Amino acid sequence: MGLELYMNLLSQPSRAVYIFAKKNGIPFELRTVDLIKGQHRSKEFFQINSLQKVPVLKDGDFILTESSAILIYLSCKYQTADHWYPSDLQARARVHEYLGWHADCIRGTFGVPMWVQVLGPLIGVQVPEEKVERNRTAIDQALQWLENKFLGDRLFLAGQQVTLADLMALEELMQPVAVGYELFKGRPRLAAWRERVEAFLGAELCQEARSIILSILEQAAKKTLPTPPPEVYPTMLLRIARIP
Amino acid sequence: MGLELYLDLLSQPCRAVYIFAKKNGIPFELHIVDLIKGQHLSDAFAQVNPLKKVPALKDGDFTLTESVAILLYLTRKYKVPDYWYPQDLQARARVDEYLAWQHTTLRRSCLRALWHKMMFPVFLGEPVSPQTLVATLAELDVTLQLLEDKFLQNKAFLTGPHISLADLVAITELMHPVGAGCQVFEGRPKLATWRQHVKAAVGEDLFREAHEVILKAKDFPPADPTIKQKLMPWVLAMIR
Repeated sequence: MGLELYMNLLSQPSRAVYIFAKKNGIPFELRTVDLIKGQHRSKEFFQINSLQKVPVLKDGDFILTESSAILIYLSCKYQTADHWYPSDLQARARVHEYLGWHADCIRGTFGVPMWVQVLGPLIGVQVPEEKVERNRTAIDQALQWLENKFLGDRLFLAGQQVTLADLMALEELMQPVAVGYELFKGRPRLAAWRERVEAFLGAELCQEARSIILSILEQAAKKTLPTPPPEVYPTMLLRIARIP
Repeated sequence: MGLELYLDLLSQPCRAVYIFAKKNGIPFELHIVDLIKGQHLSDAFAQVNPLKKVPALKDGDFTLTESVAILLYLTRKYKVPDYWYPQDLQARARVDEYLAWQHTTLRRSCLRALWHKMMFPVFLGEPVSPQTLVATLAELDVTLQLLEDKFLQNKAFLTGPHISLADLVAITELMHPVGAGCQVFEGRPKLATWRQHVKAAVGEDLFREAHEVILKAKDFPPADPTIKQKLMPWVLAMIR
C-alpha cells in the first residue's frame, strides 16, 4: 500500500496538502473523509487519527497529522523543488515564521464565515451578528499584516519564490471567498500575489481543489448538502461556540 | 554584534528559546522586554518587531519572530545534538507534528488558564466569572488528556526515547498554569514522570532559572491604572 491521504476538500489544510501533492506529481491514494456526514467521528477513522481531524497522511505504518508537518514530510521524502521549503537557513526560517503566525492569526479566523453561512445553518444554528462583525474585523486585521509584514514588496509570503507558506495562506483565504467575502477587493498587492500563486499552480489544479467550496453556497441554497447526523452535532456546536 | 534575543521569561515561548540557547551553549545578548510594564508595546520595540511580540531574534541584519521558527533557526545554525530535531524523516515529522498541534491547543489553554485564574484577578484587578474559569480549566483538562493520550502515550518523551524541541515547548507551556496554582501534574502520573525526565535532561538549575519569573507571578504587585489601561487591549486580544 503506497501513500494514503485522508482528507476533505472542504477543509483548508486538506486543500493545501492536496494541491502540493498533485502539483509535485506525488502518487497517493485519496481517502475522502465526509466531514458533514461525520465520518471523521467514526470508530474506523479513530484508528487512523484519534484527534478525529483531517488531513492525515498514512505512509505504510507511519501515520502523520497536522498539515504543515505533512507538507514538510512530503517535500523532504519526495525531494520536491527547493523553493517549496528552502534549504537556505534564513529562507527556511521565513517559512516557519509565517507558519507560526498563521497558526495564531489565520487558522480559526478564516474558517468562521463558512460556519456562519453554511455549516451552522445546516444544524439550525445562527451565529450572532456581533460575532460575525468581530470576525470581519479580525479578518481585516490579519489581511493587513499579511500584506504589510509578510508580503511587503516581495513576490511571495516568505521570499521571492512560492513556498509552503503561500499554499497554506491562500487556501485559508479562499474559504471566506467561497462564501462571498471579497477579500481581494481593494487589496491590489494581495490580489496580485494570489494571481501569481495560482498562475504557478495552474488554474485547473486550483479549480479541482476548490470544486467543493466553490459550489457550496449553491448546494446549501438547493438543499443538496448532506444532513449531519445527530452524533456530529456536539462537535459542530462546540466549534461554533468557540467563535469569539 | 552577535546574536541578540529579545525575551521576557514571563512568556512561555521565551522560556523555551532561553532554555534551548543556554542548554546548547549558544552565545547571545539578552534583551529583556518587560511585558507587564508594557515594554513590548513601545515604539522602540516596534523597531525590532512591528508585531510587538516576544520572543524575537536578531542575528546581524536578520530579524526573526515566532518561537518555533527561532528554535529551528538556532537548531540548524548552531548544529545542536540531533535528538532536538532529528535528521531522520519520520522522527522529525513527529516533532513537526507536535509543534504544529500545540499552537491552537495547549498553548491557548495554558495561556487562558494563567490569565483567567490569576493574572486578571490578581495583577489586573479584573474579576473573572466562575463560569469562565470553569470552562477554561475544563478546556485545559481536555488538552492535557490529549497530550498524554496522543503524544506521550507510553514513551519517555513526547516524540520518542529522547528529549526534543517538542518536550521543551510543551513543558514550558505547562508551567504557565503551574504558576497560576493549577495542579497540572496531580492525578497524572504519566505526565509527572515525563516532567521529571524533561527536567533531568534540561538540567535542574537551568530549568529553575528559566521558571523563576512565572513561579513568582502570583506575587506581582497589582498593576497601576495607567499600566492596566495600556495592557488591557493587548491582553484581551491575546487570550480571545
